[in-house]
Amino acid sequence: MAKMTKEEVIEVAHLARLAITDEEAVHFADQLEAITNAMELLNELDTENVEPTTHVLPLVNVMRKDKSIEGLPREMVMKNVKEHEGGQVRVPTILD
Amino acid sequence: MNFETIIGLEVHVELKTESKMFSPSPAHFGAEPNTNTNVIDLGYPGVLPVVNKTAVDWAMKAALALNCEISRHTKFDRKNYFYPDNPKAYQISQFDEPIGEHGWLEIEVNGEKKRIGITRLHMEEDAGKLTHTGNGHSLVDFNRQGTPLIEIVSEPDIRTPEEAYAYLEKIKSIIQYTGVSDVRMEEGSLRCDANISLRPYGRDEFGTKTELKNLNSFNFVKKGLEHEQIRQEQVLLAGGIIEQETRRYDESTGKTLLMRIKEGSDDYRYFPEPDLVDIVIDDAWLERVRAEIPELPDARKARYVSELGLSSYDAMLLTLQKPISDFFEATVKAGADAKLTSNWMMGEVSAYLNAQNKELEETELTPEGLAGMIKLIGEGTISSKIAKKVFKELIEKGGDPNKIVKAQGLVQISDENVLLEYVTNTLDANPQSIEDYKNGKDRAIGFLVGQIMKATKGQANPPLLNKILLEEIAKR
Repeated sequence: MAKMTKEEVIEVAHLARLAITDEEAVHFADQLEAITNAMELLNELDTENVEPTTHVLPLVNVMRKDKSIEGLPREMVMKNVKEHEGGQVRVPTILD
Repeated sequence: MNFETIIGLEVHVELKTESKMFSPSPAHFGAEPNTNTNVIDLGYPGVLPVVNKTAVDWAMKAALALNCEISRHTKFDRKNYFYPDNPKAYQISQFDEPIGEHGWLEIEVNGEKKRIGITRLHMEEDAGKLTHTGNGHSLVDFNRQGTPLIEIVSEPDIRTPEEAYAYLEKIKSIIQYTGVSDVRMEEGSLRCDANISLRPYGRDEFGTKTELKNLNSFNFVKKGLEHEQIRQEQVLLAGGIIEQETRRYDESTGKTLLMRIKEGSDDYRYFPEPDLVDIVIDDAWLERVRAEIPELPDARKARYVSELGLSSYDAMLLTLQKPISDFFEATVKAGADAKLTSNWMMGEVSAYLNAQNKELEETELTPEGLAGMIKLIGEGTISSKIAKKVFKELIEKGGDPNKIVKAQGLVQISDENVLLEYVTNTLDANPQSIEDYKNGKDRAIGFLVGQIMKATKGQANPPLLNKILLEEIAKR
């Protein structure tokens, strides 16, 4: 049975940019542990000869022709933007 | 140097498709900010990406041209990260089943040929463009978001900054020949990050590497690597250790500066893209794309050497850029001598383009015009010196070289009687030079030729003039 620690929950929350408190981390650790342990049940099945599946539909090569359609008017694009300047979206500077 | 340098390069190439990788918005460069986007690029909830067939064809074409094996089963994966250049908070890329693997290309540095391995070539989408204004905020243009990209990762086979430069030149050349990208670094359609580490000679394990970013020209890649090579060596020799970090090349100082220290590997939590189904490439598809690949620079180079008798070096320079090579071939096809054409292309043509900072297609020069001019030299109608005047006219204004030569009275003087008159007058006016020549001062001849060329505005037929001049001096 896998053990889920508070630290792991905090790490995952950070990757998803979720702000959680220490109490919440402990709380979620218990819940996530229960969920992952339930998933562990699947490991009891013998999948040796089963191809890994990423989609349930038997479809491949769904593609479109390289034809362009005019972009959205900029006013529309900016409707859900908090701040903009000279047609560009204004964000706090983040240097990576 | 006590250390061996190990370099690996990651090259991103934007494909010049009409529409984006997963959305139908226009993918061209240079539009007004945020006018080439739609709900898919902007990551609105509930939208679905659809793969651009041409982008897959072209990624495959590039992979084949770089001698990669094509994965018959390939798929897309989601790479998760938060950064303001990407509103979806993930990039659709390829993780464990890239379209191409195990490729290679050949470079030549100081006459030595070397094969550089290509680990993989995968498809992905570009992010938007961020402009840092320097006062705490940045501006984002999402036009580039979703533009089809291929990422080409080299094996750590590169040993010197010169080899890195040659590798980039070769990738650019090959991709340009396939026609799938403009490969213009200044427009961002070709970008490069470099990984570099040092290890003592004889050791098998690699040392800790640093990653260099902000390398905005091939020259900066070379300079950045040169600087980083010395910096790492100094750290190691002083008993220090190299941290795994990302460093930024500073164009003004030529130095690399620390951007961030990498703690462990980035956690992108890749998983198979649930919104896209897998791609299966059958023989028919693969062969159709393979058949579209034109003759590549190495093949052309070999042909220039074996069929046209050019030197390997000249052939290499001529074939590096497809427009130059195509122009050369068209000129030769129009009847010009291959060696003379090669000399003109790499001499006057290339000097003009460098001086004016122009591309060949931005000038008025045509293969027919250049061929016509070279033929006029061959026939003795104009001298090579006069040809330079004609050339300037051709490259700046275009036109028919025959007409230019006639209209401007540039036809070479090959009439012995006319030349004799110039020679006689010049000798009469310069008795001292005759004396000097007879006393063994060969330079006096150069002076006399110069005087006559001046008098004929450079139109005297040089070999004929020399012959008559020597004959006349002998008579005096």
